[in-house]
Amino acid sequence: MRIRVGHLYPEYLNIYADRGNIAVLSARAAVRGHDLEVIALGLGDAIPEIDLDLVYIGGGQDREQALIAPDLLAKGPALHEAAAAGTAFLSVCGGYQLLGHFYRDQAGAELPGIGLLPLSTTAGNRRLIGDVLLDCAWADETLVGFENHAGLTTLDAGAEPLGRVLAGHGNDGTSGFEGCRSGRVYGTYLHGPLLPRNPWFADLLLTAALEHAAGEPVALTPLDDGFEAAAHALASSRARARGGR
Amino acid sequence: MLLPLEVAVARAVGSLSRLAGRGGGTTLPGKLLSRVDPGAVGRLAARLPHGTALFSATNGKTTTVAMTAEILAGRSLAWNDSGANLLSGVTSSLLASGQRDLGLFEVDEAAIPAVARRLSPRVIGLGNLFRDQLDRYGELESIAERWRGALADLPTARLVVNADDPLLGELVRGRSGVVTYGLDDPTQARPSLQHAADSKYCTACGTPYVYRAAYVGHLGDYRCPSCALERLPLTVRAREIELHGLDGSRFLLETPEGSERVALALPGLYNVYNAVAAAALAGALGATPGEIVAGLDRFVSAFGRFERIAIGGRSLILLLIKNPAGANEAVRTLVESSAPTVAVVALNDEIADGRDISWIWDVDFEPLLAGFDRVVVSGGRAAELALRFAYGGLARDRIEVVPELEEALDRGLALTPDGGELVVLPTYTAMLALRRVLAARGHVENYWKQAR
Repeated sequence: MRIRVGHLYPEYLNIYADRGNIAVLSARAAVRGHDLEVIALGLGDAIPEIDLDLVYIGGGQDREQALIAPDLLAKGPALHEAAAAGTAFLSVCGGYQLLGHFYRDQAGAELPGIGLLPLSTTAGNRRLIGDVLLDCAWADETLVGFENHAGLTTLDAGAEPLGRVLAGHGNDGTSGFEGCRSGRVYGTYLHGPLLPRNPWFADLLLTAALEHAAGEPVALTPLDDGFEAAAHALASSRARARGGR
Repeated sequence: MLLPLEVAVARAVGSLSRLAGRGGGTTLPGKLLSRVDPGAVGRLAARLPHGTALFSATNGKTTTVAMTAEILAGRSLAWNDSGANLLSGVTSSLLASGQRDLGLFEVDEAAIPAVARRLSPRVIGLGNLFRDQLDRYGELESIAERWRGALADLPTARLVVNADDPLLGELVRGRSGVVTYGLDDPTQARPSLQHAADSKYCTACGTPYVYRAAYVGHLGDYRCPSCALERLPLTVRAREIELHGLDGSRFLLETPEGSERVALALPGLYNVYNAVAAAALAGALGATPGEIVAGLDRFVSAFGRFERIAIGGRSLILLLIKNPAGANEAVRTLVESSAPTVAVVALNDEIADGRDISWIWDVDFEPLLAGFDRVVVSGGRAAELALRFAYGGLARDRIEVVPELEEALDRGLALTPDGGELVVLPTYTAMLALRRVLAARGHVENYWKQAR
């Protein structure tokens, strides 16, 4: 099966090794006999007519986020259509913020987002930095990663977080929530990158993308994830020892 | 006047710290003195008749300053050769060195404003800014802005700046008397900017730069196609560069005083940058062209950056890796020369390494992986390296996870055939730990004994 991934602004939003997430999706698809085609979607590029099965958007420095924000807004309607038609989304850090309603900087100026995720972000006065461990009870799993953000993200009433913070700061350092999920649209501050040490989540995204591509449920064969498990265990012990400080 | 007692006590702490086995006592005396008398470091520096010079950069600080010291070998230097490059380290080395003529200090990127304010340096050298430890330093442009503020407070300091780095070139555009340096040899250019290059967009108008030649990361001969800003003219430059793998490199050094051939024992284009930086810095401090060339020709290596160590019948090649730009150059140098088949790669995540290890995914390890029979991954985050290499295409059964560093070193040596080379690529604290092991076994000296 061919899986089409639209990678938004890889030239601009790549600050936290976002290509690692793509490499993991690609390798885990290939070993199951599927082919991941990654289509770079840059400034001014139209969202392709073909159906995208997965859209990825990473994080950047403030300057780069401001450079792409107007273009993302122009792509907004097409991205909403794709999400409504079952395309999966993974957004990390800056990309996560811009999928929300808006990002308000310290001076009070608002950078509008595309409103695909039910949340909004306001710049705080210190960066929230460190290892993070999340309980994703909805999947009976945990996620580990590294956060580094000044934005404080608030979920709309009734919105679902990606996980509850066991160690680390999370969306805003106080709510105990981290990230957001809405249907097949996922957002998080966790990088590291996120997917290598959280293979269950990589497979969850692949399964969603495959289902969209095939039009029917597709099961993935399990893999030997020994290194992944070791890295996950180490990262969660780091988060427990020193996350959220 | 300094209080002799304060100085004596602080020095004694350095000796005690060494005796207690807590490293070389390279920061504690400075911390102590700063606490007792914050103005003391400025007065210590003011005693140096030829003033002080500072150098900062993401990559190449230690090597560039060590090269500069080699060029200035005839002078009496206060120099933080231990690599302790925060205010406490600079203070400690001023204390330990007693009466000298000239201060020469590498300074941490984030510490430049504080150190410059206290020392009022005569010369400030700025080498490059690459993304590095975002958890600790923040974004590049915020560092550049802090540097801009520090420079504005020192209008008479002589600046020596790598004009190939757009962020730095634009920091000093319009300031008079700046010594600019860079490379000028398009035959050494890379075909394109590497993955996740920094500072790609014009600081004035946001348009992507166009490069006549990109050398290392985003360093090169740049131009903005929209607002016509371009690289500043170079005062000191390297031309006709020849790279001879791990055996070193040669180039033509051009300065306002003339042209000289340099034979450098260090590998890689990034070390040519360090050499040109040292030439420009030493020149600004009064070194003659003859001294510059002789010093560069003599220079062997800075601590842990590139060392070749004989162990029994094997040769260990130690190359520090600490961020994508530096690690990419280490990989490039290895691939273009020895193409090693066995390696030990060690990743720690202590504060000095950076807590955030995501940078390993921005390093282009792939050309190196293709040649590996076996790689031993080590350090506190060894498993993350295993993942990086596995997803980079290396078969999982070629990867051995040995978190304990000494064990990993022995495993690497055991895998290396007699007469063969073992490449060791550690992050900063892993390098220190491995070097302690090598020192305990008598292969190298401890860092505080090594210099001079």
